[in-house]
Amino acid sequence: MTGYVRVDWRASLALTGRVLLYLAVPLSIPLVTAFIYGEGWIPFLVTIAVTAVAGFALTQLDEEHDLGAREGFLMVAATWLAVALVGAIPYLLAEHGTASTLTWPHVPNALFESMSGFTTTGATVMGQIGVEHHSHALLLWRQLTQWLGGMGIVVLAVAILPELSVGGAQLMDAEAPGPGIEKLTPRIAETARVLWIAYFAFTVAEMALLYGLHLVGFAPGMTLFNAISHGLTTLPTGGFSPEAYSIEAFSAAVQWVIIPFMVVAGTNFALFWGVIRGDPLALVRDEEFRFYTGVIATLTAVVTVVLFVGPSLPGSAGLAGAEESLRHGLFQTVSIVTTTGYASIDFNDWTSTAQYLLLFGMFLGGSAGSTGGAIKMVRWLVIAKSIKRELFTTVHPEAVKPVRLGGRALDESAVRGIHSFTLLYIALFFLGVVVLMLDAGRVGMGLPVLDGLSAVAATIGNVGPGFGVVGPMENYELFPWSSKLLMVFLMWIGRLEIFPVLVLLTRAYWRS
Amino acid sequence: MRVIVVGAGEVGSSIAASLADEHEVVVVDVDGDLVEALTYDLDVLAIEGDGAAIETLREAGLEASDLLIAVTDDDETNIVSCGTAKTLTDVTTIARVRNTKFLDTWNNAEGALGVDVMVGTNLLTARKIASMIGLPAARDVDTFADGTIQMAEFELAADSPVAGQTVAEADRFEDLTFAAILCPDEDGTCEEIVIPRGDTTLSAGDEVVVIGTDEAVTAFSHAVAPDDDYHDVLIVGGSSIGYQTAKLLEERGVRPRVIERDPERAQFLADSLPGTTVLEADATDRDFLERENIDAVDVVVTTLESDERNLLAGLLAKRLGADRAIAVVEDRSYVDLFETVGIDVAVQPREVAAEEITRFTREQHAENVAIIGSDRAEVIEVEIEDESIFDGRPIREVAADLPDGVVVGAITRDGEFVRPRGDTIVEPGDHVVVFVEAAVLDETLAKL
Repeated sequence: MTGYVRVDWRASLALTGRVLLYLAVPLSIPLVTAFIYGEGWIPFLVTIAVTAVAGFALTQLDEEHDLGAREGFLMVAATWLAVALVGAIPYLLAEHGTASTLTWPHVPNALFESMSGFTTTGATVMGQIGVEHHSHALLLWRQLTQWLGGMGIVVLAVAILPELSVGGAQLMDAEAPGPGIEKLTPRIAETARVLWIAYFAFTVAEMALLYGLHLVGFAPGMTLFNAISHGLTTLPTGGFSPEAYSIEAFSAAVQWVIIPFMVVAGTNFALFWGVIRGDPLALVRDEEFRFYTGVIATLTAVVTVVLFVGPSLPGSAGLAGAEESLRHGLFQTVSIVTTTGYASIDFNDWTSTAQYLLLFGMFLGGSAGSTGGAIKMVRWLVIAKSIKRELFTTVHPEAVKPVRLGGRALDESAVRGIHSFTLLYIALFFLGVVVLMLDAGRVGMGLPVLDGLSAVAATIGNVGPGFGVVGPMENYELFPWSSKLLMVFLMWIGRLEIFPVLVLLTRAYWRS
Repeated sequence: MRVIVVGAGEVGSSIAASLADEHEVVVVDVDGDLVEALTYDLDVLAIEGDGAAIETLREAGLEASDLLIAVTDDDETNIVSCGTAKTLTDVTTIARVRNTKFLDTWNNAEGALGVDVMVGTNLLTARKIASMIGLPAARDVDTFADGTIQMAEFELAADSPVAGQTVAEADRFEDLTFAAILCPDEDGTCEEIVIPRGDTTLSAGDEVVVIGTDEAVTAFSHAVAPDDDYHDVLIVGGSSIGYQTAKLLEERGVRPRVIERDPERAQFLADSLPGTTVLEADATDRDFLERENIDAVDVVVTTLESDERNLLAGLLAKRLGADRAIAVVEDRSYVDLFETVGIDVAVQPREVAAEEITRFTREQHAENVAIIGSDRAEVIEVEIEDESIFDGRPIREVAADLPDGVVVGAITRDGEFVRPRGDTIVEPGDHVVVFVEAAVLDETLAKL
């Protein structure tokens, strides 16, 4: 019946259906919120109904959940596409707000917003943000999509669905950021649970701290709704904010508090398992973590100096100017490197030197096993080491020198995999820039080069804001619908680290 | 229970697979590729490292573990792993060894070398071969209840008098239970398992699993193949398994012949096996085989070091007139292939070891386990306790409460065989041997 196709696609899609069914649970949170604020609740009821029906229909395709590696790729890629599709429905139906109708140009808009949410990108097409323009429920749903996507929808499914115990490692590998996964416990479901619990704990801690600041008077704008909203998008390195001015809308104290949580979000969550089990040095011992914090410190220092001496922050001088330079330098570096995408200031006003430094940061990414996007620290570390080896073996051609990470010699095939991933990422980035420029030219939209580069880097790397027309206080709405769909694709493959999606496009995957 | 398995080869991975459902399993191996494969194939934690090194065992969480199973291909590594583990904590240790010299040491003082249970693969394999030689026509034999009960699997040849009879006609033996019939498809793999009734017809090609006393099973064996009787046994290859098999046959009064190519080994065999004729020759030498009247040989057992040579030697011997060929096969994937091309029984030492070790890991007081038809079913021996479904009830009632695919094969009380009839009442302390299909295994174990 399936002809030549060698992939059990029914099993994959049936499992995607299971995940959709469960998605109805978090969808009930904005539904309840709508009741609390007395807002339109119909969009969410409709979404829950559509999600449940679609999920149930898909589960009827197959009863067995016997997944091999191939079915795993399809399941993960299809799940991310499916949740983004149903997640777009509230944006289409919401009665509040400016661009919320079922007419054509808004379908790509809604899909863009939804995909940007789940992939924790944080790029928006909402012309106007804020509770004055949209319902609390819709804005909360926007934040919630990022929280669900951060640690991974499939990882969450592995944590709660017992039938995924055997294929689970494969699925998590396809979804989780970074090369390979780390089983922390014999049971994969328990590993998934540990990761989600750590993620949940940090999220609640941040919400409590932010709201605490508000209660003691250090953060006037940080209402309970805002504290919850920002807690939901910091840990997933998301970057959505219900405030039009992102984190600039809040006091310096709030900005300082958010910085360490962004650093945590860009850290390998497996390391916190060591800390929980009474080994706080697990963090320091990890070579990637040392590299990650070192890169952030170095880049922060350079950006801070550029801000302090340059005209980027007008009126900053003396000690107060130094604090401001350091705060914005650190906040923006951490926000961009971890691919969060919050803005503590409109860095569109910065000098181009400072902006190019941030553009460079967009390619770094958080650690493997974190919620960050882009290329990831561990890959850059391995590339740096293998270049160093190349230089060494040029002088000593007979030397046998494995690339070591944390004292362990890496397999050559792993090193090769990291090289080809990084090369593919950069190639897709440039291809994306070319297509985006052509498409902008097609509709006569004048797109400066830096803006185009940053728009593609920010979507494929799940960062969010770029520069110029897509700057932190601007949005992606003015792109033609075709460019928006291109960026939806870039966010999708960027979150899943390219291979699980790209492999689906090869003939060998389906036929041999 | 948390279990550490040292060695991710065939034995290690099959043990890990059978334990992973119910227990937390950590597998340790030095081979990174095996570790990676296992990480994705099974729901276990796989760690790359030397299982005999203390830091690897610590990393595997030895302090929190209840059982350590060392099953690498290297005897010394297995023993040292157990010994190392014992220096850290009082975990129960199981080691698999090939070489019988370690087994001798251990039998001399149980618990020696830090090993709580030592499983001697070569000796177990030799025992299996020897018991199959005792039962012509049997493809698989296992003993239960300290040897009181036997389970045997017979393949019905086309000329067997039993083929074509109904179960009621064939079952002329009081102490014998027909547990199951495995109907194979064309490639010889088991297609479906039939639980027989009186009117079920046995056809040629079927595999019949019977459980009963030694005598009943032997008698049934003669009914299946009346002409077969093994007096003239030829063992090709004086390896450890060949040597052990010859020794066991000698004890039973059979005088086997052993062919060994290596002069020194042949000398050693001749010295230590007084009842055996040792021939120093190459088993693929046709002239030699004809000179030795191979056409009169009842069964040829090939125990050479390589699977391919075992196959060739076995096939050649059959071509020259030997009645039956039993071959030792190390590689699991060859088993079906060998049996298809003409080897009558392929015995796999790794499966024998896995069977033996699995029975120690059954928490549910299973005393003994035999695996049937590549994991399609199991025959298990259970000591009945107070909470068991069997306790104090007649078998007819109990059978109604057990899932389909379970057959009560035999019972022993105080070491004596008790015939299982519908009205037999099982008492605590009795040993019951049951046939269970794999699909209902967990459900059944929970009830027994």
